[in-house]
Amino acid sequence: MTSSSPNANTYDAIVIGGGHNGLTAATLLAQSGRKVVLIEAWETVGGAMRGHAFHPGFRSAGLAHVVNRLDPEVIKLLKLDTQALSGEPASTVVLSELGNPAILRGAYGETLEGVSTAEAAAFAAMRKKLMFQAGILKRFLKRRPPAIGKMKMNDLTSFAGAGLSLLRKGREEGRDFLRMLLMNVADVADEYLGDDRLKGLVAFDATLGIHLGPRSPTSLLGLYYRLTGEMNGGIGSQTIAKGGLAEAFEAAAIAAGVTIRTRCAVTRITADRSIATGVVLETGETLTAPVIVSAIHPQATFLKLTDPAELGTGFVRSIGNIRSKGNVAKLDLALDRLPDFAGVSEADLSGRLVIARSIDHVETAFNPAKYGEFSRDPVMEITLPSLTDPTLAPSGGATLSALVQFAPYALKDGWDAGRQEFQRIILEKLEHYAPGLGNSVVAARLMTPVDIEAQYHMPGGHWHHGELQADQLLVNRPVNQAAGYSTPLKGLYLASAGSHPGGGISGLPGLLAARHILSGEKP
Amino acid sequence: MIPDLSTRRSLQSHIAAPRIETPFHPRIAALSETNDWYTWSGYKAAHSVFDEELEYFAIRSTAALFDISPMVKYRIAGPDAERYLNRLTVRNVAKLAIGRVQYTAWCDDHGHVLDDGTLFRLAADTFRLCCQERHLPWLLDSAIGFTVDIEEETTRIAGLALQGPTAFAVLSKAGFEGMERLKPFQLAEYAHEGGPVTVSRTGFTGDLGYEIFVSAEHAISLWDRLWTAGQTHGIRAIGYAALNRARIEAGFIVANADFMTAETALRADRARLPDEIGLDWLVDAEKPFFNGRHAILEARRNQTLKHMLVGLEIEGNIPAEGAIVYHRKKHEAGLVSAAIWSPLAKRNIAIATLERPYGSRFIDDLWVEIYASRELQYQKMMKRARIVPRPFIKLDRRTATPPGLF
Repeated sequence: MTSSSPNANTYDAIVIGGGHNGLTAATLLAQSGRKVVLIEAWETVGGAMRGHAFHPGFRSAGLAHVVNRLDPEVIKLLKLDTQALSGEPASTVVLSELGNPAILRGAYGETLEGVSTAEAAAFAAMRKKLMFQAGILKRFLKRRPPAIGKMKMNDLTSFAGAGLSLLRKGREEGRDFLRMLLMNVADVADEYLGDDRLKGLVAFDATLGIHLGPRSPTSLLGLYYRLTGEMNGGIGSQTIAKGGLAEAFEAAAIAAGVTIRTRCAVTRITADRSIATGVVLETGETLTAPVIVSAIHPQATFLKLTDPAELGTGFVRSIGNIRSKGNVAKLDLALDRLPDFAGVSEADLSGRLVIARSIDHVETAFNPAKYGEFSRDPVMEITLPSLTDPTLAPSGGATLSALVQFAPYALKDGWDAGRQEFQRIILEKLEHYAPGLGNSVVAARLMTPVDIEAQYHMPGGHWHHGELQADQLLVNRPVNQAAGYSTPLKGLYLASAGSHPGGGISGLPGLLAARHILSGEKP
Repeated sequence: MIPDLSTRRSLQSHIAAPRIETPFHPRIAALSETNDWYTWSGYKAAHSVFDEELEYFAIRSTAALFDISPMVKYRIAGPDAERYLNRLTVRNVAKLAIGRVQYTAWCDDHGHVLDDGTLFRLAADTFRLCCQERHLPWLLDSAIGFTVDIEEETTRIAGLALQGPTAFAVLSKAGFEGMERLKPFQLAEYAHEGGPVTVSRTGFTGDLGYEIFVSAEHAISLWDRLWTAGQTHGIRAIGYAALNRARIEAGFIVANADFMTAETALRADRARLPDEIGLDWLVDAEKPFFNGRHAILEARRNQTLKHMLVGLEIEGNIPAEGAIVYHRKKHEAGLVSAAIWSPLAKRNIAIATLERPYGSRFIDDLWVEIYASRELQYQKMMKRARIVPRPFIKLDRRTATPPGLF
């Protein structure tokens, strides 16, 4: 005889999506004593951090191959095992066709190698300036965006704080901040730098994962965003992702008492007259809770899971208008030996390698994306994850992971037609910088934004869950009516990268959403 | 997700055609003695036909034929049509029976009224929405996620309003059988050469009356059929000026005349919640979610409604159109949006919007300042105004079933 409690499917909170933000929110809610269930469609949790075997003996560490902004407070509150993040900050090597790379060491180039003393000084000046300005913006990233028209005291405090920290540095800094805030990264780089490798790097970092070229207005925001991240105490620092980070988040959730259900997609969020009541699973089960946290893409939340009859036309319209078409493809290579990048020492191979020859290179790589074509001379960021985590490849072998752009989601001729050609172009490019690499390829797996969308349920294959551009930030992320984690459906909260502050492995959307829910807004 | 814009553009061909003539235009133009036209939703429509005054009295004493073809019409059909309209509009569409008509309104997410209009349930899953303004983009965006087809049929479907005490007699004489059974807000199909016509017992006059919809190609034959039958019943073609008088007496409001619709208002404070234009009775708070629900209920709960639409009776006989309403002759309290001397009620009446608390807490000691232009000189009058219920007239013949055969 089986007996089931009448409350078996009743929870205090249901979290949809087991990405790191969903796990963060679930863990924090469970720590507060709530009965929390987390629903994940895939076999395992971890989202973009989740690794997978892509060839016998070879594993990819996940979609996110560099971790550069996991929030220290998230680590602390979740009591996260940071083994997967340990080690020295990874360097960034800007590859050069001439075999003389520029190398940034420490947190975003605290020291430089391979550039002239004068150029190093110029970079340091730019770095200092941008770090300072990013620091002002950072004040707004770790708190709920202010509700326009309903400003609270602490919103004003935060504005005042930002203003004061500007003034403390003198009027000149304040003026410069306002001057630069919405500039393009190319103009800023030109202002400070002379070396094309460094200019190419900042142009690349500012636009990675964003549908902008370095000369597009506001493209500097992407670099600011990057420089608001910190790892192991270093602002702008980065580590190469090892396997195990997803497991660490999962362990934290389980330790907090979260019930995790995988391979179990949510098919519907139920609601009645603006109040979310629960979710229906693909198994047909209905789970109910006064709090439902959707840590998946806002468009998936509202256009796929929610009955439009429960949402306003204007709201559905603005959710539909979120720009979320990814531009980045992910390539995983299984290699039978370590590649030899010209001019890069073996020690530096374990960092991040960037192919971005100049601002023009990044800009011309972007141009075709505007017209639905991929770049024939793409820019990319390369890591060799098996150097950091030897379990990812058989001994003697290696894995290579590359984020390549620009590869527009809506390719004019479709990715079925374009995939082979794009992969050939990337491999050719890699061969150019690492002669012999082509012969060492055991297996290759290219994920275009279309594949990323299918595999990770990210509409548009966009890892930020929506373009990280000025009009989709802060009070307008993902849309104004749902900017503060609450949504027009009472009891339904957003907690994905699509919410403030945005994407990257930070845990902040999850943390801020959980904090907002716990702050006592009646569910 | 959002439908292709070029498709939308092609669905709105009226944009490219200035001052279209309605299918009835040849008949009305032939009757027109005043040659007095105005633009109604891009159509050339009669403001008067022979004499504004006499046209008004045709509505109240015999039968008046008014061309409502420019009224914007949408056909909404599909398995989700009822659910779609229930989310779109503030009234409960589930309660709208087949063959019935509902006066309704719809709002944006902020609860601001986009328009009011009439909703016809032609079949279980087929509706016609009639209104003043064009709303195709809003209706299409509202259809995201619903299995429903929305088609603008303004040019395809012509319409006539036949209003007045002898309206029923005219229809009977014209051979529309079974019309006596049609109750107010009921509709039915009737045979007509070439194709059926839809007749509803509705109107904008507060009188006995019908609205008849016909496909554009059969419009002229319908006109002729009614016109011939109406000869012994005093049928007259009328323009908007006469209708406007009748509708003021009936207390009906006109979008963008008595209130600004949310999409046409340029100034943020001009948009109105249903409760602010006297449409609170339409809002069904118990039905499933609808656009604007949260904002409307919250404004009620928090008592943040800012305006109020009222009927006024003003001393004297000078229409107070456009007059400012004062409290104690001193504090501005609102504005008159429509006013006439009512020949039927024998009262000087007006529709006005007051800024609360005027109209809610302060209802006495209201005045209107009338500027009557008298041969290049204003005669300025401060007249006492009293809030009175709408409609200003109530005619038993409007609802009597079967209607009288006058």
